[in-house]
Amino acid sequence: MKLSGSEIIIESLKKEGVEYIFGYPGGAVLHIYDALFAAEKIKHVLVRHEQGATHAADGYARACNKPGVVLVTSGPGITNCVTGIATAHMDSIPMIVISGQVSRQYVGSDAFQEADATGITRPICKHNFLINDRESIAETFRKAFIIATTGRPGPVIIDIPKDLTDPKVKINFEYKKNIKIRSYNIKKLESDEKIKDAAKLICSAKKPMIYAGGGVILGKASNELVKLTKHLNFPITNTLMGLGAYPSSDKQFLGMLGMHGTYEANMAMHDCDVLLAIGARFDDRVTGDTNQFCPKAKIIHIDIDPSSISKIIEVDHSLIGDTKQILKKLLDHTKYFKKDINKDALSKWWRKINSWQKKKCLSYKKSTKVIKPQSVIETLHKITKGKSFVTSDVGQHQMWVAQYYKFDKPNRWINSGGLGTMGFGLPAAIGAQLAYPREQVLCVTGEASILMCIQELSTCLQYGLPIKIITLNNRYMGMVRQWQEFFYEGRYAMSYMDAIPNFAQLAESFGHIGMVIDKPKDLEKDLTHALSHKNRLVFVDVITDETENVYPMIMSGKGHHEMHLAPSANEDIELA
Amino acid sequence: MTTDKRHIISILVENEFGSLSRIAGLFSARGYNIHCLSVAPTSDDSISRMTLVTYCNEAKASQLMKQLDKLVDVINVKDLTDETHIEREMLLLKVKSTLKQRDELKRLTDIFRARIIDVTDTTYTIELTGPSEKILAFIDSLGKIKIIEQVRSGALGISRGSESLEIKK
Repeated sequence: MKLSGSEIIIESLKKEGVEYIFGYPGGAVLHIYDALFAAEKIKHVLVRHEQGATHAADGYARACNKPGVVLVTSGPGITNCVTGIATAHMDSIPMIVISGQVSRQYVGSDAFQEADATGITRPICKHNFLINDRESIAETFRKAFIIATTGRPGPVIIDIPKDLTDPKVKINFEYKKNIKIRSYNIKKLESDEKIKDAAKLICSAKKPMIYAGGGVILGKASNELVKLTKHLNFPITNTLMGLGAYPSSDKQFLGMLGMHGTYEANMAMHDCDVLLAIGARFDDRVTGDTNQFCPKAKIIHIDIDPSSISKIIEVDHSLIGDTKQILKKLLDHTKYFKKDINKDALSKWWRKINSWQKKKCLSYKKSTKVIKPQSVIETLHKITKGKSFVTSDVGQHQMWVAQYYKFDKPNRWINSGGLGTMGFGLPAAIGAQLAYPREQVLCVTGEASILMCIQELSTCLQYGLPIKIITLNNRYMGMVRQWQEFFYEGRYAMSYMDAIPNFAQLAESFGHIGMVIDKPKDLEKDLTHALSHKNRLVFVDVITDETENVYPMIMSGKGHHEMHLAPSANEDIELA
Repeated sequence: MTTDKRHIISILVENEFGSLSRIAGLFSARGYNIHCLSVAPTSDDSISRMTLVTYCNEAKASQLMKQLDKLVDVINVKDLTDETHIEREMLLLKVKSTLKQRDELKRLTDIFRARIIDVTDTTYTIELTGPSEKILAFIDSLGKIKIIEQVRSGALGISRGSESLEIKK
């Protein structure tokens, strides 16, 4: 079969089973777009800004565990993708970004819309390619998909000069699925002996704790995690990225840990004697002061990436490899050692944990005058029975979703954890909604974040995406304001949003439904109504308490046991 | 926190566009220094071999090895520091050489087994190969002789004995 470079690109994507391309056309990719025009199986989603394309592809990948694909032009096309690529990279999300480049004869001449795409993206991707000849297009695409989706996943960029996509020059096309990349080898499975040793150590614990992160979701190991945790009857916490990997409604689940984690999860971390870390990377928002991190614990770390081991916290026992396979084997071995578990010590440990849970660290002062942001998330959880896909931006609203929307399934919680990218939520919701057209997709955001990618409201109209946007509108960059209140004596430097648009009208002007909710008594009724629109995007601007802070909180540089609880939570304890 | 120590690292890498910047970029992005670096193709011209010297503590060195290994283009990587290995570096040195200084310079080059490879009325150009300490000792020994220009290749390293850095990762 003789094909042009552009046709080879499209055929390669088909061979990889690509369903959607998120993109924006421009000079250097017009040949590719022309070939895409003729392609039937692949649907193109036209975004309104290339950053939106990367976040949408990212949201798609997080929702369905398939790589998201982006197609953009050279120069500003690819530079606009930088934030989205870095976002995916920090959270290990598989993504392929195809960027056009000026024709080979102009490369390096500061040509119109020329940018050094591979140079710019090198530190923020798993790998990148600049294709130099037509003959290597197909092989490069196969390599890119292998690299993006195996091992610890991540974004891969393919930069392709325009002349290589010329429709008039055709070459033989063959797509070899099995190719070997000699410099890229993934360790398959840890030795049985090491897994057995880990199982023995786990079962010797008197105060065990399981700490599971996004690696469990990326490794599709949620079922295995649940089985192991249930089998052992150990307490478990999830990181921000791991929420949903273990059902939040289960009694063994202690909530999220870290800076805004629950009292019980953080205290259990501090006091545990054996910590089993699974697909988590000891991020600074999780560990707090590393010198005070799990001071009494032997730590076992399961991770697919060897460079995650002992990067932040020195661990005692590491198991490198596919999380799912390791958890399966670990379960088998713990069955043998389970008899060694000190049952009395474990019940004592659970009683201790239950006493921490009695603090009810997530309780907050209810109000009939202003809408409490926490109550919005609780109400959303109630209406949707906890079954929605929820995307978020970054800040207070993100933490409240993490705390109050009790995710029971993996892949439902879609947020930028590592890079903390404001503007992520709406385009990510586009990707999630396309991956699951019949599921409810909510984008919970803030009035500051949503404005960073607001243009994608137009994309939502074009593709009829019935996303529900819920803004916790407190007229401040809430998390910035919270830090300024705590650490800058209430000097709210530039964190107040002085000229906020009328979001309801804004949504209407984009052809959607806009609503405002500003009274606590209307909250449940109006949200229920908003979510009942099956085929329309509804933008719900919820006016919330501007003084509310996210609690509990571990201040920077403090240990897990030095948490601050909400003032109201303490009052509740006294009342009880 | 352990103290910083000199690490000499050998890297086999795909001889491809961007490979060098990936490695150099990793060092700058993660806050490591590159004391010296040398790169050239191997007998298989699709593979380059690099020797790199950096100063860091043990924990950072171990993390660095993992990060290098993680780069898709890197075929194999090895820290030669703690195993018996051979190191060589080359120095090209242009010095001022007046009539008075010529005997002294000739003696010094002989002592260090260096060679004078170019001569003018006023200068000598000297070539010296050896471990980095020898290079430094030679430069020190020159005393008041004026150095006009100096070029060092950076260290090259190879394991002693039958040990080798394999292509298969």
